[in-house]
Amino acid sequence: MRHTITLLVDNESGVLSRIAGLFSARGFNIESLNVGETLDPETSRITLVTTGDDFIIQQIIKRFNNMVNVIKVSDLTDEVRVEREMVLVRMDARDETRAEILRTADIFRAKVVDVGPKSYTLELTGDKDKITAFIELLHPMGIKELARTGTVAMKRESKLTKNKGEEK
Amino acid sequence: MARMIGAEMFFETLIHEGVEVVFGLPGGYVLKVYDVMPRYSDRIRHVLARHEQAATHMADGYARASGKPGVVLCTSGPAATNTVTGIATAQMDSSPVVVFTGQVPLPYLGSDAFQEADHIGITRPCTKHNYLVRRTKDLPRAIKEAFYIASTGRPSPVLVDMPKDVLIGEDEFVIPDEINLRGYKPPKKGHPGQIKRAVDMILAAKRPLIFGGGGLLWSGASEELKELVHRLQIPVTLTLMGLGAFPADDPLFISMLGMHGSYAANMAVHDCDLVISIGARFDDRATGGNFAKFAPNAKIIHIDIDPATIDKNIVVHCPIVGDAKEVLRQMLEMLPAKVKTNRKEWMGQIKEWEKKHPLAYKQEGDKILTTYVIDTLSKITDGEAIIVSDVGQHQMWVAQWYRFKYPRTWITSGGLGTMGFGFPAAMGAKFARPDKMVVCVCGDGSFQMNMQELATAVENKMDIKIILLNNGHHGMVRQWQTMFYNCNYSASKFDVLPDFVKLAESFGAIGLKARRPEDLEATLREGLSTEGVVLMEIFVDCEELVYPMIAPGGAMNEMILGPGDAVSGMVAEAADMA
Ligand SMILES: Cc1ncc(C[n+]2csc(CCOP(=O)(O)OP(=O)(O)O)c2C)c(N)n1
Ligand SMILES: [Mg+2]
Repeated sequence: MRHTITLLVDNESGVLSRIAGLFSARGFNIESLNVGETLDPETSRITLVTTGDDFIIQQIIKRFNNMVNVIKVSDLTDEVRVEREMVLVRMDARDETRAEILRTADIFRAKVVDVGPKSYTLELTGDKDKITAFIELLHPMGIKELARTGTVAMKRESKLTKNKGEEK
Repeated sequence: MARMIGAEMFFETLIHEGVEVVFGLPGGYVLKVYDVMPRYSDRIRHVLARHEQAATHMADGYARASGKPGVVLCTSGPAATNTVTGIATAQMDSSPVVVFTGQVPLPYLGSDAFQEADHIGITRPCTKHNYLVRRTKDLPRAIKEAFYIASTGRPSPVLVDMPKDVLIGEDEFVIPDEINLRGYKPPKKGHPGQIKRAVDMILAAKRPLIFGGGGLLWSGASEELKELVHRLQIPVTLTLMGLGAFPADDPLFISMLGMHGSYAANMAVHDCDLVISIGARFDDRATGGNFAKFAPNAKIIHIDIDPATIDKNIVVHCPIVGDAKEVLRQMLEMLPAKVKTNRKEWMGQIKEWEKKHPLAYKQEGDKILTTYVIDTLSKITDGEAIIVSDVGQHQMWVAQWYRFKYPRTWITSGGLGTMGFGFPAAMGAKFARPDKMVVCVCGDGSFQMNMQELATAVENKMDIKIILLNNGHHGMVRQWQTMFYNCNYSASKFDVLPDFVKLAESFGAIGLKARRPEDLEATLREGLSTEGVVLMEIFVDCEELVYPMIAPGGAMNEMILGPGDAVSGMVAEAADMA
């Protein structure tokens, strides 16, 4: 099953290796990984997405908890949460595709962040499904380059909102 | 507040932490530490090992015998990588070893400088935590935290990497008063609700069994265990790592369980209706490795300080995360003062198993059996010695035949099974407990992996006994080849061995030999009562096999009890699994 795990960690060198090491020791792949400072510059927030046997992921989470530099771990998989990802897509902008690219960007409320003689670069934020759908639609028009941030996630405070698909 | 250099801070902080002895070996980037060392030699003893792996095992043996962290000091690169086997050994058996390595100066870090290795990266998977100290003034805090992390919670090794410029740099020396690690809050007491549940389960059980491991020893929970067990009349079996936590001469003790555990102990685990596991982690050598068939009729209570061991191999009914001693105290408080128990049937059954297939040997003929050696050693020393083993058949026979009476009198590499551990660990144990007789029981194969430490032992005028069991083989390998590989004895026999007595003598130690059964007892008595570094080379029968044996992947009631007892299908499968 796919798991979204967030960790609050000390903002120090080596922490990420320790965390990644637990996955490689089990032969697990990390699908996406996102690290950034929090309000407190001494801590970072890591959001990590992985797929694997639930039982083993439980074991890995327990081991995260044991790490001296890990302050807090939450598995958000079964929580009502907000998940977002950002993508930058550089499109091959030919005469016959320009309009379609911009229309697609508009439908998804993506931004054009760079325009070149032969390219458009689009930026989109959304949950994984939205990003995936966006990329699928753009694909036939010719993607030159693509960069995804990986997921960041937070538990929702309002439990009423639904988990997936929605976006304010 | 005083100004001083990093190397001086190193010793000042060690002294503050109560360190008495450091096991080490000098080299380039720690020379400043060695340079100031003579000024501290009245307060900290340095033992010059001949190999950093051995130094680490010494620190480990010291930790296991004393319960206090053992300390290693060495230089960078090859010295640091030499410690890795020792660190991994300590980690697998939850032993608090703190390793200090020198490192290239910070500006050279990552440049493939002479004797540079990534100590932090290399030791990351086998330490609980490690530090690269970047500023001289951070050294005391890093050292203090290292000791705290190593010795609290589940004990484990910690490494502190000290670049040369940090060691020679000068700053104000301040040891922080307290430690505040936001991400590290080791558990102590168990959850009262869970303990209540456990107590109810224990009171309801008809065939309860204590399944105790090394955590009992690290926690110092033996007295609490005795009280619980005696109040409730619960039989006790221990894992390899737990031996000594409960006295072998107590009528409620049913000897070791596991791959080479006794028939009665393994049958009891299989047949009980409640497993009360304390400080054990259900590893494959303790359970046979067939987790699905483990204790099929039992509920399981699992008391452990490390939440990551809960449900790792075996899914349990009542987990309690906490320090064994604290949890047992909480349990004792919750128990009614008088409990009526009826264990007649259950104890009767256990006695029957003991009678049906007791641990046994027959010393006949002209070859000495290792079982006879250990049985004799046990009788002569009467459980009063600290016994440190190496890895192999002899290790299993000590576990089966030596009757341990006290905690911390049995030291062995269980989790990693590190050959070469025994002798240096025994030396470390002797530094921790100079009042005790320390006996290293080792194989001819294992001893060859760290025999250079005879020099260290003689140099330090140690009083230490080595019983070297010469069977001319990697005996345990030979046993597996006999049982699982059609007696194809590939690379298990030694065509050349040193004359161990002469070898010992060449180092200035004392050597004794015994070849015939009738000489054994006299040789042991003489060796054990002679002061100094004494090596007793005992020639033993290489054909003797360790029984019972659960083939790897087998269930605990599926034991091979003797030659000819092996079921071929099971054995073929076993060879694949191992
Ligand atoms: C460092 C290391 N290498 C290899 C092994 C595999 N191994 C386990 S037992 C054993 C033989 C040990 O021989 P010896 O010390 O003579 O003891 P014996 O079994 O003969 O009593 C070997 C090679 C090991 N445990 N550790
Ligand atoms: Mg041997």
